[in-house]
Amino acid sequence: MSVGIVMLVHTALNRAEQVARHWTAAGCPVVIHVDSNVPRKVFRAFQSALADNDQVRFCRRHRCEWGTWGIVAASQSGAEMMLADFPDVRHVYLASGSCLPLRPVQELVDYLADRPLTDFIESATTADVPWTVGGLDEERFTLRFPFSWKKNRFLFDRYVEFQRRFRLYRRMPAGLVPHMGSQWWCLTRRTLSAILEDPDRQMFDTYFRQVWIPDESYFQTLVRLYSSNIESRSLTLSKFDFQGKPHIFYDDHLQLLRRSDCFVARKIWPWADRLYKAFLTDGSAAMKRTEPNPGKIDRIFAKAVERRTRGRPGLYMQSRFPNQDWENGLTSSPYSVFEGFSELFEDFEPWLTKITGTRVHGHLFADARAEFSGGAHLINGALSDNAICRDNDPKAFFTSLIWNTRGERQCFQFGPHDNQAIEWTLAKDPNAQISVISGAWAVPLFRSNKNFSVLRKEAAALQKIEAAHLDVLRSTWAKARVRIWTMAEFIESPMEPLQTIIDEIGTVSPRRLAEAPRMVDLEGFGRFLQNLKNQGMHPYLMGDFPVETEVRHAPKPPRKPYLVQ
Amino acid sequence: MGAWQSYKLRVKRQRWRGRAWRKHGELKPVIDRTAQIRPGDLLAFSTLRNEKIRLPFFLDYYRNMGIAHFCIVDNDSTDGSLDYLADQPDVSLWHTSAGYKRARFGVDWLNWLQSQYGHGHWCLVVDPDEFLVYPFCDTRPLRALTDWLDASSIRSFSAMLLDMYPKGRLDEQPYRPGQDPMDIASWFDSGNYTLKRNFEYGNLWIQGGPRRRMFFAEEPERAPALNKIPLVKWDRRYVYVSSTHMLLPRGLNLVYDEWGGEKASGILLHAKFLDTFNAKASEELERKQHYSASVEYKAYARRLDDNPELWCTWSEKYINWRQLEILGLMSKGNWA
Repeated sequence: MSVGIVMLVHTALNRAEQVARHWTAAGCPVVIHVDSNVPRKVFRAFQSALADNDQVRFCRRHRCEWGTWGIVAASQSGAEMMLADFPDVRHVYLASGSCLPLRPVQELVDYLADRPLTDFIESATTADVPWTVGGLDEERFTLRFPFSWKKNRFLFDRYVEFQRRFRLYRRMPAGLVPHMGSQWWCLTRRTLSAILEDPDRQMFDTYFRQVWIPDESYFQTLVRLYSSNIESRSLTLSKFDFQGKPHIFYDDHLQLLRRSDCFVARKIWPWADRLYKAFLTDGSAAMKRTEPNPGKIDRIFAKAVERRTRGRPGLYMQSRFPNQDWENGLTSSPYSVFEGFSELFEDFEPWLTKITGTRVHGHLFADARAEFSGGAHLINGALSDNAICRDNDPKAFFTSLIWNTRGERQCFQFGPHDNQAIEWTLAKDPNAQISVISGAWAVPLFRSNKNFSVLRKEAAALQKIEAAHLDVLRSTWAKARVRIWTMAEFIESPMEPLQTIIDEIGTVSPRRLAEAPRMVDLEGFGRFLQNLKNQGMHPYLMGDFPVETEVRHAPKPPRKPYLVQ
Repeated sequence: MGAWQSYKLRVKRQRWRGRAWRKHGELKPVIDRTAQIRPGDLLAFSTLRNEKIRLPFFLDYYRNMGIAHFCIVDNDSTDGSLDYLADQPDVSLWHTSAGYKRARFGVDWLNWLQSQYGHGHWCLVVDPDEFLVYPFCDTRPLRALTDWLDASSIRSFSAMLLDMYPKGRLDEQPYRPGQDPMDIASWFDSGNYTLKRNFEYGNLWIQGGPRRRMFFAEEPERAPALNKIPLVKWDRRYVYVSSTHMLLPRGLNLVYDEWGGEKASGILLHAKFLDTFNAKASEELERKQHYSASVEYKAYARRLDDNPELWCTWSEKYINWRQLEILGLMSKGNWA
């Protein structure tokens, strides 16, 4: 009793020949179907190359085009010839010319000999499979597909639409339940002959001729009628990418394939010499078996599909340039934006660095230059602090910064003095943690020594910018984690909000903050605001400050650190 | 894209094709070995002037990759490039003394040669200082990539230009013929690039890298373009519009994914900054044959007198394609 191989071949005939010889050398007869698209001359040469091998037969040729009946017809002819010419064969294995046996053939023979009644064919009902391409699953069976998908996509699509609109559905032959699965199967003589010799075969064939991609459903459906023992999986390892086309194996997959537990892999790149050399040796010379680890192959190919469909969040590059709102992550990792903190606290940046261990920048979008931490002119990725380059494309500057420093959380200051072009990017980014002390921009003005008329003008301009900015942060499109306090509210009890922010950054031990940053001396700030009001400018973003009674809760004495027990 | 725009682009494409035809009279065949080209061969096309010192490594690099035939236009070299190339068994060579600029920086010449010899082949268009790196290039030949692109119905492959530079002054380490230029110019900028979409042609416009950082910091929008599409399954109806930055029909420029995924892409390592650079820059300034009145070379000349160092503490040292992939400069896409 042995295993017979039906091999469908259309290109790389030299490799097919090599593999066929490998099978026959191990005692497995091979029936080869050569696509009738292959020129007669090439076919003759191929045939004569294998003429010396009496275990190899060639069956009637059909024209095989992807998604059409030809492939089923080819499998039928091959299987019929196999059953008729080699009465010893108990299991018939359907393979392609680019399939490569991964394990010694004898192992496959033994494995099948132990399971003489089992049919290995992936067969699942249409409702349960996720892999349909082109949005056709149930409809594969209920519509007609006379036009080629590859060559005549336009007519194909129009005809599908036409049938849907006029509800031109057809009915499945009685008794059939549509099933689908990998086209590479291994069936027992009993099941296969039952399918091929069924008195109703003519009817089934006529029906499946019009089914879309029948090679994935013909045997998969009919086997359910006859087989008593179906193992719904394919013995052939084949991975599909997001377009439903098989992944190809190359020389560098050698170690991976050795760890597969499948008997046969497809599809192999015809020039992968190392693979063919490594696997097409007889049992004794074959490599030592390694512990199977098929999960690794799955992971690699699943990752490839994910890279192609989802990509790496926050990356903008030559082959990934998502449309707006399709970024799947505006930036690559979380970061924090602080607005008004370094104005209110004298030593906020060093304090934050010390407490959180993150990288704390100054105002990245300041007018003069990007104030990288430590006053650096260049940062990871050789990103420059040059303001002209940055303002040429602020979003690219910022997303590059976050991408380049991934693995290390970035914090930076922002305020109404800065280039506001970036604000929507920040507001829409779920990675952003934005904390705002509104009106804190007034503190540097208050402490500066400028003419009051200048200050007044500047205060009015800054307030306008910040008000617009807060509208952005509060808009319905904002996805960032936004917290806004008025300055009056914040200095009431600065530790609580600080604790919340720091906890959320989450790089510190869960202990309570022991040390607060040093707040600037606000003695006279209320008076300053009142003066602005008296000049006709209405500062409101900082909240209500009493004019005379000074902020009593401001640290006292002013130079001593704020301690909380 | 509306019918009108589509029509306008079609007219443009025909105009470039016509131009290529007009300019082909300027090319004098020196040695024509194109009869050796077999169906399915991978071809390389290049224009050069006075690059003899680079040629041995350049040719070997691409031969090893699997390029079967080189079609090269020599733009009046005086350093013996012509004789050297004529002796190579897999090079077909044309000579011209016409203006590089008048031929739109060689694009017209190569468009013509590609329409004649490239039809139906995968064609790589590179300068002698550009070295293609693609995913798995250390274990798979270029044919593996083109077969995969064919199987995926992809016609063009993007490879961004990545400027390589040495550590220290440019003239510190002399380059010897046959040497791997990346032994000297082994550093690059990994993360200071900006991308914009060109809505007319559909391509991306990438700028950045050391050239913008050092020479164009004050006028970044004039920095040289780094987007390139050097590898195309050629059809005689195709044309390169401007260098290898963009093509027509514009579907060929869609080498990037717009819905968040990554397409497969490579890198052209640009080993321009060797000790040969200063001489080249001053020569090109005199010839005024480069892009927009040689603005690039003028900018270099301004800075090169004080021998700037392109290297900085954040420069990355080139290791292999996997490093470039991890840094996000190129991608494997769904090729695994």
